[in-house]
Amino acid sequence: MNPTPVKRIVIVVAVLLMLLLLMWGTARAQGVQLTDDRGRTVQLARVPQRIVSLLPSLAETVCALDQCQRLVGVDRYTNWPESVRKLPQVGGGLDPNIEAIVALRPDVVLMATSSRAAARLESLGIPAVALEPKTHADVQRVLGKVGQLLGVPDAQRVWRATDAGVQAAAQSLSPQARGARVYFEVNPGPFGAGPGSFIGETLTRLGARNILPDTLGPFPKLNPEFVVRADPDLIMVGARSAEGLAARPGWGQMRALRGQRLCVFTPEESDVLIRPGPRMAEAARLMAACLERHAGGAAAKPTRGGAQ
Amino acid sequence: MALGTQASPAHSPGWARGLGALLALLGGLLVLLGTGVGSTGLENLWPLLWGGQGDAAERAMALQIVWDIRLPRTLGAWAAGALLGLAGAVAQGLFRNPLADPYLLGSASGASLGVATVLALMGGGAGMVGGASAAMAVSVYSSHWLVRLGLTGAAFAGAVLAVLLTLALARGVQHTLRLLLAGVVVGVVLGACTSLILLVSPDSLQAMQAFLLGSTGFVGWTSCLLMLAVWLPCLAAAWGLSRVLDALALGESTAHSLGLRLAPLRAALVAVLALATGTAVAQTGLIAFVGLAAPHLVRAAVQVTHGRLMLLASLMGGALLAGADLLARGLLAPQELPVGVLTAVLGGGYLLWLMHRKTATRGLL
Repeated sequence: MNPTPVKRIVIVVAVLLMLLLLMWGTARAQGVQLTDDRGRTVQLARVPQRIVSLLPSLAETVCALDQCQRLVGVDRYTNWPESVRKLPQVGGGLDPNIEAIVALRPDVVLMATSSRAAARLESLGIPAVALEPKTHADVQRVLGKVGQLLGVPDAQRVWRATDAGVQAAAQSLSPQARGARVYFEVNPGPFGAGPGSFIGETLTRLGARNILPDTLGPFPKLNPEFVVRADPDLIMVGARSAEGLAARPGWGQMRALRGQRLCVFTPEESDVLIRPGPRMAEAARLMAACLERHAGGAAAKPTRGGAQ
Repeated sequence: MALGTQASPAHSPGWARGLGALLALLGGLLVLLGTGVGSTGLENLWPLLWGGQGDAAERAMALQIVWDIRLPRTLGAWAAGALLGLAGAVAQGLFRNPLADPYLLGSASGASLGVATVLALMGGGAGMVGGASAAMAVSVYSSHWLVRLGLTGAAFAGAVLAVLLTLALARGVQHTLRLLLAGVVVGVVLGACTSLILLVSPDSLQAMQAFLLGSTGFVGWTSCLLMLAVWLPCLAAAWGLSRVLDALALGESTAHSLGLRLAPLRAALVAVLALATGTAVAQTGLIAFVGLAAPHLVRAAVQVTHGRLMLLASLMGGALLAGADLLARGLLAPQELPVGVLTAVLGGGYLLWLMHRKTATRGLL
């Protein structure tokens, strides 16, 4: 149904008004104003040029926006891209070295919401922006926030590229590589990646089925027995927790381990996989390659399913 | 009683005064030294502060590092150590047990539980920002008072509640053994509650880790002054009540026969203990063994009444923690070791040596 001319005029006027408001707002602010994930409104007099990041995925986001040169310090876990390795390290996200941060004279410090540094830095007059990406939607939102903070006009192009990369990885999969029941272990706790996490979302887009139900939350701590009973077709795990996987009670009898349908990711690959940032497309490619490599596992599934 | 841990310490009050002056001097020296140790050594800041080098912004930065970061955290480390040392002296006198520790009443696990609770509530708030606005309302509500109270307030409230719970379980402070047992039980149960909360809200796991490590890195002027402001009245109160401890050292019946009303005086001492420990824990996180080691080191050097012991143990605790904090900052610079880890290693070693020496000479305790 076509809108009536009156409606059309109203819509155009409304859009124009909003644009005007937006322009007026940006002109008035001069600097930057944004609300971070603590719900705190952070106001900066000018676009920040010196940035310290206390979270790897946020540093990666800054660099993906081609603003790597504005980073003056990072936390000890940030290692991508190569250029950030030369930057001064200011401790970890949880135990940041406050005075090392102050010595770098940053315009703003990016960190996770769980970091205790925010309050202390703010009391020292250094603005802190806490952002915590956990899902694909979060990654897109955080990208927008960081873009807004840095004054980068089209931040969403990075998201579109990431999203297209995930999509391409999904489309590259052969039909028999789809539908595998996958267990992704984040940490030998064991903590698994549920369907609600960004890892789980990528797996879902790749056509894999997560053995964890959504109700358990994004990264639930599991009873090892749960995984044995779920008996996944395929296990994805980092090299750090792959050792002794088969030695866990009962795990050696799981089909995935008996059939060696196990993808062990190197620490570098794990970094790509477990960081919710612009490298999610690469993560999707890694997971897709794993699914493709063990495409036979899913095919064996129907008979097994019938037996249950 | 079990207090006789001294090998052959000096008796005269002159010694005590000398030790006190020495410790106070050491504390002052450490605090001064503390302004020079950090991620960038003093040699990098000196030319900016006094050499007139660098631009105005750099000089302001150097001044901020020395005045707003290093000085309050070093002084804060001293104050936290003084509070823990005082609490240790009170606990060891009160329980007439030289291995008593301010954490024995469950205050540490109570503080941890308070922190975990706030973190879980805040984590629930932080997790939702991407999504529903209904959750936003919850987060705003929780930030209304709980988050403003903050981790420090929660730790303090948790510590005080844990001590009250311990006292309720022990039905007062009359019975030392029952009190110690109740403290252990409360510690275990509250620790389990903390684990449960962290399991339900895994987002807060990491932040909790940071708290458990114990660090002076986040101590600013406010926390520092708060600790000093609590330390002075606590010390005065403990000094005033020290006669009870002297009497208790001779046995409960002797104390009764001296006409002391033990119950209220003991309750007051427990309050001092909880306040001192809770304040230190709230500002710095869990820092182990300072409260245990400080009174021991004092008793190994001089034999004094409890009043003097309080003051000396407090000064000793301050010097110990300020020194440990300097080490923690300097050892791996520019990285920083959480001072709680360092005191746990050093204090644990000291405790083992103490036990070994005692077992060798006349049996443990």
